[in-house]
Amino acid sequence: MAMEARDIETLIRAAFPQARITITDLAGDGNHWAAEVIDESFRTMNRVQQQRAVYASLKGKMDGPHGELHALALTTKAPE
Amino acid sequence: MTTPQPTSTAALDRIRETVAGNDVVLYMKGTRDMPQCGFSRNVAGVLNFIGVDYKDVNVLEDADIRQGIKDYSDWPTIPQLYVKGEFVGGCDIIIEMTLSGELDSLFAGKGIAFDSAAAAKIREANG
Repeated sequence: MAMEARDIETLIRAAFPQARITITDLAGDGNHWAAEVIDESFRTMNRVQQQRAVYASLKGKMDGPHGELHALALTTKAPE
Repeated sequence: MTTPQPTSTAALDRIRETVAGNDVVLYMKGTRDMPQCGFSRNVAGVLNFIGVDYKDVNVLEDADIRQGIKDYSDWPTIPQLYVKGEFVGGCDIIIEMTLSGELDSLFAGKGIAFDSAAAAKIREANG
C-alpha cells in the first residue's frame, strides 16, 4: 500500500508542529519520496540526531517487512 | 503478516564484533561490487571511488542482521556506515558529507586512508 504526500507530512507534522515541511514525489509511484524538514529544534542536533527524530515520527513506516515507505530521501536543517 | 522478531543477542553480538573489528563497515543491500539498491550503490560507489578500505556486509543474506542493524543503531534504513565503531549515517548523510568535505575530515581525523583528490573530483563533478 503506497503512501500519499499528505500521510507523510501529517506524521512528520505531528512531531514537528512548527516545522516547514516539503514532500516531493521522486518517482510518481507513491514509494520514492524526498522530504525536507526545517525546524528550530534541529539547531542543537547533529544530522544523525535530526534524521533519527524524523524517522521516529514516521512510526515504523520505513523499510520494515511491511514498510509502506520504501525510499525517503531526507534533508533536515534549522531555519537560516 | 509476520511481526519482526526482536533481534537476538547473537545477531547483536555479531554486529558488535564486526563494527568493533573493522575500521570502516558498510551494511548494505548487495555487495560493494554488486550493490542491489540505489542508496547502497551510492554509498559503496563513493567509498570505492575514493579508495577507502572497508568491510561490506550484505544484509540481504541474513534477515537477523538486516533487522538487527536497525535496532543496533536505532536507524530504520539501509545502508548504514560505521567508522571506528561509530554510526556515521545513511545514504543522505554520507552524500551530504561527501559534498561538504566533512567525510574527508572524518576519515583524516580517524586515520583512515583515502584518495582526497578523488573526493575533490566528486565535489567538482557535483558543482
